[in-house]
Formats: sequence, structure tokens, C-alpha cells
Amino acid sequence: MQTSHPAIQLLIGERGTQVFLALLLTVGVAAPIMHLAFPEGSALHLSSYTMTLMGKYMTYALLAIAVDLVWGYCGILSLGHAAFFALGGYAMGMYLMRQIGTRGVYGDPLLPDFMVFLNWKELPWFWQGFDMFWFAALMVIVVPGLLALAFGWLAFRSRVSGVYLSIITQALTYALMLAFFRNDMGFGGNNGLTDFKDILGANINASETRVALFLTSAAALGLGYLACRYITLSRAGRVVQAIRDAESRTRFIGYRVESYKLWVFAFSAVLAGIAGALYVPQVGIINPSEFQPINSIEIVIWVAVGGRGTLYGAVAGAVLVNYAKTYFTATIPELWLYALGTLFVIVTLFLPKGVVGLADKFALRRPAARTVTA
Amino acid sequence: MNASTAIRNGWQKVFGAGARGARPAPGDTSHGTILYLEDISVSFDGFKALNALTLYIDAGELRCIIGPNGAGKTTMMDVITGKTRPDAGSAWFGQTTDLLTLSEPQIAEAGIGRKFQKPTVFEQHTVMENLELAVAGHKTLWTTLRSPLDRRQHERIEEVLETIRLQDRRSMRAGMLSHGQKQWLEIGMLLAQEPRLLLVDEPVAGMTPQEVERTAELLLSLAGKHSVMVVEHDMDFVRSIAHKVTVLHEGHVLAEGTIDEVQNDPRVVEVYLGE
Repeated sequence: MQTSHPAIQLLIGERGTQVFLALLLTVGVAAPIMHLAFPEGSALHLSSYTMTLMGKYMTYALLAIAVDLVWGYCGILSLGHAAFFALGGYAMGMYLMRQIGTRGVYGDPLLPDFMVFLNWKELPWFWQGFDMFWFAALMVIVVPGLLALAFGWLAFRSRVSGVYLSIITQALTYALMLAFFRNDMGFGGNNGLTDFKDILGANINASETRVALFLTSAAALGLGYLACRYITLSRAGRVVQAIRDAESRTRFIGYRVESYKLWVFAFSAVLAGIAGALYVPQVGIINPSEFQPINSIEIVIWVAVGGRGTLYGAVAGAVLVNYAKTYFTATIPELWLYALGTLFVIVTLFLPKGVVGLADKFALRRPAARTVTA
Repeated sequence: MNASTAIRNGWQKVFGAGARGARPAPGDTSHGTILYLEDISVSFDGFKALNALTLYIDAGELRCIIGPNGAGKTTMMDVITGKTRPDAGSAWFGQTTDLLTLSEPQIAEAGIGRKFQKPTVFEQHTVMENLELAVAGHKTLWTTLRSPLDRRQHERIEEVLETIRLQDRRSMRAGMLSHGQKQWLEIGMLLAQEPRLLLVDEPVAGMTPQEVERTAELLLSLAGKHSVMVVEHDMDFVRSIAHKVTVLHEGHVLAEGTIDEVQNDPRVVEVYLGE
């Protein structure tokens, strides 16, 4: 089995991957049709709200995959991935702000409303270029990627790992949250960026745009999944898992552990940034609360609930937990955090392999199948 | 030294392939000796762990090192692998490589592999994957991300699987192996790195009699192709494999020779075997 190139294994796939890709394809085709082709009131009509919600879940799922790659496969428990997500979101938000033009409350052709409100006379240097989509798209990748490289280089080179690394990733996202809350940072302070009008010339609230955003999210999730699966199936993936299980032993047989960790971490941050960039136009706002330490912890809970180290488990966890969150916060909002905490405790104690581990147990009844085949 | 010359030639034949590529060619053994330890002294807080230790290992030789606790066996291995720096003396790998100037990874790269007492295989990976992780070759992220193993590496792994007799366990998770099989796999992982000198610390501790027997066969099959230095307490085991035994005592060599010579040496009997 190991003789074949990872790209071939990717096509053959394993059960979980096949199920995931089939579901993604089904949803990706069915939802837009149900939204556009069936009139409102029809039993088969999918509301704009539901479809946007599904699009949002997909960006969460991509974020969860990013965390699963670093945590489930490489053993780096990052509690700061919401920061990369939010940075990607801000880059997209800046582009969307610049698209508003004279349609803002103050009608300034260049400055976003909050800058006019703050009596700023000209656009800060770091807002230059964000009127161009390609530049913003580049920043969605570059900013989280570079931050992760710089942060990871310092952390991994000093051999910071385990709980200490988790704590400094929390500090990272917390520091960014405090910074973005400040008005003079130039990112809209407390209110963040909102009131978006257009994306690539199309009305952001139009049905067709919603469908396009939904499809882009689905495609990003699918491609992100395949990229991560490729990595985990390659020799590099087995090295990364060896690092997770016995770091010094891996170093001892000649691998540059720091370099592996650094690039996996940076790649994961870029995925998180892309997820954030797709999230923002669908929810219509980005503000500093996205940097809250609790957000990063929630992502880890999604992955744990779904089943870490499988990728499709992360997707399942992200969708399940967020569906529950949507439901609970609408019906009994005061209980949501308790429910989340309880869920995490139950999963940690009774379902170490998460929901997909449970599903495997019932569906296959031969969890150790891999060890028998010769 | 006729025997060792023959061994050396055979050994070079086997390692002709191993020497190609980016690896430097340290450890010039044209004089038939792969390891020179001369007047090595190490002290910890005044305690002399090694006291002017002098020891030579021939290319292709299988040597057993015995000695009571505290005789300096582990410290000696630490000096060879670069973990401990001696206070005095010299350590050479072949004629050209001064071990005392190299770091631990450099020494490993130069071709000295060490197997620790406790088996440390990657339990979540299969036997095959363990060997794949260990096999000599480029180990950068860029290489491992893009390309699977090349043919030479595959052949090497097959060869090792055959040597350690785990062919039918290749797809089994290493965590499921028995204690003895784990030890063999770890020796196999060392072999996959194509070392020239293997240091093996108490390989048969905790093994069943059958496992001990197979380990003896395994180590014997390595001799000639590799130089092997085994530290062991189990005298029956030593008797079953050793061509030559070195007895350490209080940080220096007390006696050297065949197992019978050593066992009949009155000094050895007094400090070690006679107890």
C-alpha cells in the first residue's frame, strides 16, 4: 500500500473520505438548486438564511480541518487558530469596506465611515491596495501565514510545546483582540467592519451572490480537505504523526522536527485565514470578538467531538456542534455554554475518538482492521 | 588480521551502495579497525566513571561488553555517541573521524547507531512505516511531501525486514508487537539507517528464551556486515554470540578474550563472575 504515490491513494480514498466527498457534492449541488429553482413557499425551497448558514458551517468545517491537521496529526494543541481565521476575515472585510465607496453614511469616496467618524483625513498605509480583490485575496493568505511562521519559528525553535504552547497561542489571540478593539488601530475598533454592499461588483445580499459564496465555501472545504489528506497520506504525514507520538525519537532518526512543525502550522494558519475570508461576506460582519480566546477553544472542541486525527471527524464535529449551537442559542441561550462544556467532558471521558470513532465502532465492528491485512 | 581483512572486503561490498549519495565517507577502516578509544577518562563529581579506558573494535566484529553495575558500560556508549564528553583521551571512528569533535546527530549521520535498552518504536505506525521513517535518505519536508521512497530504499527495507524476520508483520501496528519483536524492529530501524557500527544495550532483557535465541541469531547475522558492540548481563546469551568479550571494571578494561579465557581469568572471577 505504501508503494503507491499519495496522490493515487487520495483518489482511491478511504471510507470516511468517500462519504465526506459524496456528502459535500450532494449538498453543494442540491442546496443551490433548492434555493434558486423552487419558489418560496414550496416544500423543497431552501431559504437564503439556511443556505447562508450552511455556507457558514462550511467555513467552520475548513477551520476545524486546519486545527485537526496541527492538533490531531502533529500534536500541536493550538488554542489560537481563531486569530488566523479572524485575520483572514479582516483582510476580506477591508476589501468589502473599500467597495462601499460613496454609499456609506458619510459618503466619503475613499474613507470608510468609521475613519470619517474618527476625523481621519487620509487612508492609513495598511489600507492601501485593499480596493483590489486580488490584493485582498493575497493578504488573506499572506498575513495569517507570515504571523504563523514568525510565531512558530520563535516557539518551535525554543522547543516550546505541550501546554506551554497552548497558553502562548491563547495569549496571541488575546493580544490581537485587545489591539483590534482599539479605535486608533484603524480596523473599526469595537464595531469592526460591516455594512458591506458589493463583492466583485455583485450585490452581496443577492440570491445569486449568496449561492456563489456558498459554492466557493464548499469548493474551498473540498480542496482544503484534499490538500490536508494529501499531506497526511504522504511520507511527510507519517513523519508528522511520528513527531506527535515521540518527538525526540523522530529528531534522533534524522528529521528536522522544528521545520516540519513550522510548515504544518503555517499551512494550517493559511487554511484558517481562507476560512475566515469566506465567513465574513456570508455573515456580513467582522469584529474583534472573533479573536476571543473562547473561540479558539471552541474549535478544538469541535475537533474533539468529531474525532481528531481523521479530518472528516473535524468536519462532522464542526457541523454538529455549530448546529447544536444555532439551535440552543435560539431556544435556551443561557444554557449553551453549559451544554458545550458538558459535551466536551462527555467526549473526553467516553468518546476519545469522537463521533466518527463511535460510528466506526457500530458500522464496522472491526476497528483494528488495519492491523490484520497483510 | 587475515580474517578481519576478509570481513572488511565483504563489508565494503555490502556498503558500496550505502556510501553513495550525500553522505560523507567517515570512518576510514583501511587498517581494519572501526573504533579506537584511547585513555578515555570521565568523572562525575569526582567519581571516575571511566578511568583511562582503552578499547578497539575491528570492522565487522561482534563484541560483547560485560561488567558489574557501575563499571562504566553506559558511560562508554555515551562517549561514543557524543552524549558525554570525556575529560581526557581520544575517540576515533576509523582513522579519519574524530568523534570528540562531532555532535550527536553528526555521529549518527557518520554511521554509528545506538539501540537503547527500552524499546522505542513508533507504536501507532506499522512495522513498515517505522522502517520507512528510519531508512537512510533525504529527510527534508520537501522530499517527504512530494515523493514516496525510491527503489533503493524499498530494497533496503525489504532486506531489513528479512533480517529481522518481521516480513509477515509488516502491516501490523508496532504497538501490537511483542516485546521481543519490538526490540528486533528497533534494531531493524537502526539497520535501515545503514550504520557501520551498532551499539546495542542489553538486547535480551525481558525476553522469552525463544526470543533470546532469535536475537542471538539476528546479532550473529549482522556481524561481518556491520560492527556490533553489545552490552549484556546475561552470560548464557554472551556465550552464545560472542567471539570476543571485554570485561569492564571500575572504568577500565579488566580482561579481554574469548568467553572461556575471560571466565577462567582469576581477576574476573574475583570481581564479577565469582560473586
